[in-house]
Amino acid sequence: MSTPASSSPARDAVRFSWRSVVLPQRNIDTDQIIPARFLTTTERHGLGRHAFADWRTRADGSPNPDFPFGRAENAGAAILVAGRNFGCGSSREHAPWALADLGLRAIVSSEIADIFRSNALKNGLLPIVLDDTIVDELLARPGLELVVDIAACTLALPDGRTFAFPLDAFARTCLLEGVDTLGYLLRQDAAITAYESRLPAHEESTHAR
Amino acid sequence: MQPRTLFDKLWDAHVVVPETDAAPATLYVDLHLVHEVTSPQAFAELDARGLSVRRPERTKATLDHSTPTLPAGADGRLPYASADAQAQVEALRRNAAKHAIELFDFDGGERGIVHVVGPELGLTLPGTTIVCGDSHTATHGAFGALAFGIGTSEVAHVLATQCLLQRKPKSLAITVEGEFGPGVGAKDLILHVIGVIGVNGGTGHVIEYRGSAIRALSMEQRMTVCNMSIEAGARAGLVAPDEITFDYLARTPRAPRGDAFARAVAHWRSFAGDPGARHDAEVRIDARDVRPTVTWGTHPGQVAAIDARIPPAADADTAKARDYMGWSEGAAVAGRAVDVVFVGSCTNARIGDLREVARVLRDRRVHPRVRMLVVPGSERVKRAAEDEGIDRIVRAAGAEWREPGCSMCIAMNGDLVAAGQLAVSTSNRNFEGRQGKGARTVLASPLTAAVCAVTGEITDPRAFLSTEAA
Repeated sequence: MSTPASSSPARDAVRFSWRSVVLPQRNIDTDQIIPARFLTTTERHGLGRHAFADWRTRADGSPNPDFPFGRAENAGAAILVAGRNFGCGSSREHAPWALADLGLRAIVSSEIADIFRSNALKNGLLPIVLDDTIVDELLARPGLELVVDIAACTLALPDGRTFAFPLDAFARTCLLEGVDTLGYLLRQDAAITAYESRLPAHEESTHAR
Repeated sequence: MQPRTLFDKLWDAHVVVPETDAAPATLYVDLHLVHEVTSPQAFAELDARGLSVRRPERTKATLDHSTPTLPAGADGRLPYASADAQAQVEALRRNAAKHAIELFDFDGGERGIVHVVGPELGLTLPGTTIVCGDSHTATHGAFGALAFGIGTSEVAHVLATQCLLQRKPKSLAITVEGEFGPGVGAKDLILHVIGVIGVNGGTGHVIEYRGSAIRALSMEQRMTVCNMSIEAGARAGLVAPDEITFDYLARTPRAPRGDAFARAVAHWRSFAGDPGARHDAEVRIDARDVRPTVTWGTHPGQVAAIDARIPPAADADTAKARDYMGWSEGAAVAGRAVDVVFVGSCTNARIGDLREVARVLRDRRVHPRVRMLVVPGSERVKRAAEDEGIDRIVRAAGAEWREPGCSMCIAMNGDLVAAGQLAVSTSNRNFEGRQGKGARTVLASPLTAAVCAVTGEITDPRAFLSTEAA
């Protein structure tokens, strides 16, 4: 099992050129990203082939020409641009596992749901939130080479226009330096033990059995 | 000291290491609930690092998502949907045994949906933090607990350290004053709220529900409201604990007893917002404006009053939702033929919900076109319902009475709605394919769902109730 650190694609570099693939719908929920019937796995790996499973084919079973990931021109695309409120719905980390397994390294949207964003960061999948006007432009122009600088927290278009995106300082450090977040928590053992000495007695009795 | 909200107090009480610009807070978790779908990879991470579970007694496990709702066959074997589903259940059994975690298994009489089991056993306590690898953990906020869903990496964090790294979210107050009209309940309220604030209206926030209409709700109804906070994008929903909370807890098997209970109540009472405490945002709702409400589209913010029409498609997304659901433009919500009715899920599968359904089904028949499933939220709910004869009413009406579990809400255990079918469902998500590939979901209250089952079409429960009264 790899740690968040070693699975981070950004470990050894800060600047990437990633080609975009586009899903313009708003509110793409985690049931679309990875339908629940594929959640019976006990593994983290190999979920990419089930990503957007219900969007890949039409009702008659033939490939859906509107689904971008299957098309040759999108092979190797590493940055998904999507409509507002991407990743809403369930807490399943299978969603970023599946997207990372597809080869994606970043998601761009004008809003990204809280739990998905947190899960994505733990899997080296960078959530990039930009203004509607920029996202709308990116949605209208699939296949752009976008340059993402994780240290500077910027995304640059091929014409040189550069936009800053918010990234929590801790998340940025984790991505850049490969911080092992579980290890970071484990090193707080003394503080946790001190806190536990103050826990209310009635909770201890409730949970004692 | 600055006046603090309920959320501020819950947060402050659980900070192990304060938040800084450089790092999030380390937040203590009082109760960690675990189920079979989002835990195996977390236990594997502990194994790979040679770590143990820090507080096994504060970790409780149940089996709900992948489990069949049909009983074991003549051979004694449960009809799992797949070998993978069974393997997932067996993995949690192994992990729970290895780490001395209490597991509510098939033989113990307390198994059920994780967000039904925690509250009814008295594990869910006011003033605590509760997490689970499940977004509907927000349910437990009904008790004045800070409860939210986490991913599997964080499940590993909590197993190993009983802590999480968290930035403090903002606070959104939703104040509901007044009295609900007939046929309107907690489910209608929360669907109405999501319609008002939007499917992303709670993103980045914890919601505190307050006001006279919230105070008047039972604990089960408060759970229904808090449960769907995530459907507006909020991590958590809260209701300050009060006498209704304490009365509920006093009847649970694991809450403190005697003097310890009295001391606990005194502690729990401190978890209420101070006068003058500021929220980052507030939305006010008049209870009289809430009508029986259902979803018409493919996310829980696409709602309509049941006596309304499908709104005009303002953009490509709403047109797509309308087409997926098979509505014609401007169609009336009521009158649409229903194929399946599902009563169940962590939103609406408690005894009060089942009583409401039984009240409608008593001496009536489910419409011949409709397949109706009634899935109690837990073994305890099932026993209580059977003691009251609810199972007999459900069966006599022609509906299926099932074993507890998430069932057709997440539809990963084999309980499916077929492509193109319309299901009226008491669950919480109407996403495309949520109840089966191509399935169409209309979210509704237990009362509305039961009425629809009888009439075979989407029906205003108030019209039904008025004929009942006549």
